[in-house]
Amino acid sequence: MAEVTEEKVEVKVKEPREPLFSKKNKKLLTDPLADNNPITIQVLGICSALAITAQLKPSIVMAISVIFVMGVGNVVISLMRNIMPSKIRIIVQLVVVAALVIIVDQVLKAFAYTLSKELSVFIGLIITNCIIMGRFEAFALANGVWKSFLDGIGNAAGYGLLLVVVAFFRELLGSGTLFGAQVLGDPIEKTGLYAIGYENNGFMVLAPMALITVGIIIWIQRSRNKALIEDH
Amino acid sequence: MAIDTDKNSYTILFAIAMVVVVGSLLAFTASALKKDIAANKRTEKQQNILFAMGVTDSEDPNEFVPAEQAEDLFKQYVGDKQYIVIGNTAQKTKEAFDIEVKKESDKLKQDANYERKMPLFIGKKEGKEFYIVPMRGNGLWDAIWGYVSLDKDFKAIQGAFFDHKAETPGLGANIKESYFRDDFIGESIVDASGSYKGITVKKGNADPKNNDKTDNEVDALAGATITGDGVTAMVKKGVRMYMPYFETLKK
Repeated sequence: MAEVTEEKVEVKVKEPREPLFSKKNKKLLTDPLADNNPITIQVLGICSALAITAQLKPSIVMAISVIFVMGVGNVVISLMRNIMPSKIRIIVQLVVVAALVIIVDQVLKAFAYTLSKELSVFIGLIITNCIIMGRFEAFALANGVWKSFLDGIGNAAGYGLLLVVVAFFRELLGSGTLFGAQVLGDPIEKTGLYAIGYENNGFMVLAPMALITVGIIIWIQRSRNKALIEDH
Repeated sequence: MAIDTDKNSYTILFAIAMVVVVGSLLAFTASALKKDIAANKRTEKQQNILFAMGVTDSEDPNEFVPAEQAEDLFKQYVGDKQYIVIGNTAQKTKEAFDIEVKKESDKLKQDANYERKMPLFIGKKEGKEFYIVPMRGNGLWDAIWGYVSLDKDFKAIQGAFFDHKAETPGLGANIKESYFRDDFIGESIVDASGSYKGITVKKGNADPKNNDKTDNEVDALAGATITGDGVTAMVKKGVRMYMPYFETLKK
């Protein structure tokens, strides 16, 4: 993280007029949480949202990892934006994410082995997450370092927020648990809600229901804010 | 900075520089951390083996023994009772610990006449013997592996630990969880007549609490059919390979 703070200083010198958290910069951070959510509006990162939202815990782990990778990745790409040959920029972006993730993984394996075991499954999902490449392309290539950092954090947080919401419903309705704790009673012993005939919906555990859950969220979001509806 | 970033020569130079920089960075991290990672892997293996024989953290039975104590506890419970099994003979050697199940099965694939070396660990806890067998198989996305401990009659499982490389979080990845793993404890691997059956991870077997320990079945995980089938195949094959040797022990 030392790298990141260093960049902040540099930007400050270059553009002394704009404060670090100007209105515009704050918007970069907060917009992706709602009106420009990467999943529901930009349609980025859908695949991993389907894959890991069966339970809350992995969703939160994934959200934190993506926030980290997006923040640092956006900064690196933004730093390189003027020297990067446009013909191979996608390859360069891919190399940057992959190298970043692998180095972090190796360091964790050496010094925080239990944590790295927990994260190992997510490594591949992070590298191939289109939200990361999408933000590199759409933002970091054209904007300064500090702005890119905020954009990365904001978008990853918006992505994480949606993961958690979807995972909440999938875990609750699919397994009757939250964070692995049985909140609706025991389905085998028939206690709690199960005593009056409630059943877990096995469909919720499977990936298609994640898509439908995301769809319902998109529906609610657009019906509340008509400006978000695209004309097709 | 007025570099013409569209020129072909620049593109090629950039690509070369990038590969060299990133390559050496990765190589450097890998070699600098190699020792620490290897030590961690060794500790993990000891924790896994101890876990399969029911030696767990004193406070939380679902956790491994603490990493600092793994070496000592491994010495205490397993010690030098490490064997390499080839066919129906076994040799006592500490090299058994370093044998990788994957490498051995690869060698067998390349050369059908290869005599596969199979590691076996015998642990002793509270006067009971645990025959711990490492195994490896395929899940849905990538490798799965585990350690299963058998009783001294080779009829039932006394403990199991499963792990995976890349199963789906929340679904197949749950083979690591206690509610799946604990079902194996006490489950019989032979049928009523005493012939080897293995254990099947079965969907909807009407015995979700696994009260029937003689049906060779454990309850499957929802949404993880293929990972479950992988566990079935792995346990079945993994234990069967040792059976010729176990038969000689029974006598």
